[in-house]
Amino acid sequence: MTKARPDLAPLVRLSGAGVRAAGRWLVRGVDLTVRPGEIVTLIGPNGSGKSTTARLVTGVRRPDEGRVQRAAGLSVGYVPQKLSIDRTLPLTVERLMRLTGPQPADAVRTALEEVGIPHLARAEVQTLSGGEFQRALLARAMLRRPDLLVLDEPVQGVDFTGEVAIYELIRAIRDRTRCGILLISHDLHVVMAETDTVICLNGHVCCSGTPASVVESPEYLRLFGARAAGALAIYRHHHDHTHLPDGRVQHADGSVTDHCHPGDGHHHHAHGETGSGRHA
Amino acid sequence: MLDDFFVRALLAGVGVALTAGPAGCFIVWRRMAYFGDTMAHSALLGVALSFLLGSSLTAGVFVIAMLVAFALILLERRGALSTDALLGILSHSALATGLVMLAFMSWVRVDLMGFLFGDILAVSGTDLLLIWIGGAIVLAGIALLWRPLLAATVSTEIAEAEGLRPERARIAFMLLMAAVIAIAMKVVGILLITSLLIIPAATARRFAATPEGMAVLAALIGAVAAVGGLAGSLGWDTPSGPSIVVAALLLFLASLLPWPGRAPAGDVVPGKAARP
Repeated sequence: MTKARPDLAPLVRLSGAGVRAAGRWLVRGVDLTVRPGEIVTLIGPNGSGKSTTARLVTGVRRPDEGRVQRAAGLSVGYVPQKLSIDRTLPLTVERLMRLTGPQPADAVRTALEEVGIPHLARAEVQTLSGGEFQRALLARAMLRRPDLLVLDEPVQGVDFTGEVAIYELIRAIRDRTRCGILLISHDLHVVMAETDTVICLNGHVCCSGTPASVVESPEYLRLFGARAAGALAIYRHHHDHTHLPDGRVQHADGSVTDHCHPGDGHHHHAHGETGSGRHA
Repeated sequence: MLDDFFVRALLAGVGVALTAGPAGCFIVWRRMAYFGDTMAHSALLGVALSFLLGSSLTAGVFVIAMLVAFALILLERRGALSTDALLGILSHSALATGLVMLAFMSWVRVDLMGFLFGDILAVSGTDLLLIWIGGAIVLAGIALLWRPLLAATVSTEIAEAEGLRPERARIAFMLLMAAVIAIAMKVVGILLITSLLIIPAATARRFAATPEGMAVLAALIGAVAAVGGLAGSLGWDTPSGPSIVVAALLLFLASLLPWPGRAPAGDVVPGKAARP
């Protein structure tokens, strides 16, 4: 197994980054680093700022506070969360590969073989299943030989076996190319096994840490099966506060505040690893 | 030969159709039909303002269509109303304001039907020059913007993340759309411009394997519709603009027949659309 190497220079580093829109903070106080060969998984409920954070990483959005440092000449491959391609657009998988720039035919063939869909080269993208489409999008992103791959919910709309297969594919890509990967998931408890760091967002970094192997947990092992256990891992959250449905925040000491941001006096800044999660 | 009004009409119709086909493909792919309609309707306001200021009609229509497009982008960003409602407001208020303004200008005698439904048989040599030069500029612009526009049509986020600046391409495309409307107005009229954008593109879908192929095919189908419609208009003494649209419709209906070859677009496996 290849592990992330902390000695390598980061591809991207967010320090205290925040984004404001329409008078409110979409996300605030995000610290995050992705190094070559490292897999960072962002998790959090809907509207927690995961996609906004991804936009900071890809450089599409500038932070309204804090800093975003990207390695010089960083090339980013991006797999978006949702795509709705109108059926009137005649777009084959092959043509999709050349969407943002020309690619030699044999490179396209190799990329499609690597994601396991060479037989679909001439299929129109609208006819693909969720899993096939994700593979096509992955192949397209890989063709650019990116230093950093940003995957926004790559297993959305893919069934369980397909999910395991896609995680195995992502790992193979990481092992072969040593690119850094930022993966976004809405699943709060199960993450890709190879993940080096999990960051749980809810408008800010709620907690972060390393996931625990499924193999160590007999109940999950029974639930997922042996093959899945190699691809999936469990993330145990250690929060010192709960987000209430009305947007307010209940802290560990029972008090309730309107917001939950660094500096409101309720977050305990512990820096040691505590089990699998870490307070932020 | 250019002295013959019918030859001039044919050249004008074909010139506009060749330009409208590729532009129309993006309108269809990006689901902007109502948007195109709104820009076209605003042309009447441009006509009225041109009369008021004594400027050229083409310039007036171009500028107003552009302003309406920018107004829409700004209002969209404010997010108070849905795009759909905004388009409805802009589209019909621009058309109505234009009509009211024309009524106030009692000194201007205009052929309103000509503006609304086209007056291709009255096309002058200058109009022809404008159509062909303007059309060539529009086609060159679309060719230049092709990659960012197509990438943004598939996914704005991919285009942005990979540095293609889709927002800039989108604004440039609106400029080109305003130009298409300004040159197409005389041929099919304000109310029918969108049909020349959409129907040939929709017809081409059935027979195209690539986006590029569909753009070329839409241009050719539009040209056939223009020639067929004008011939019909001459033979049966029907209004020329609407006749071109009816010819385009007939081609579209013919494209729905079970031709051998490619599967029809409508037969893409239902429920398996690429929307993960």
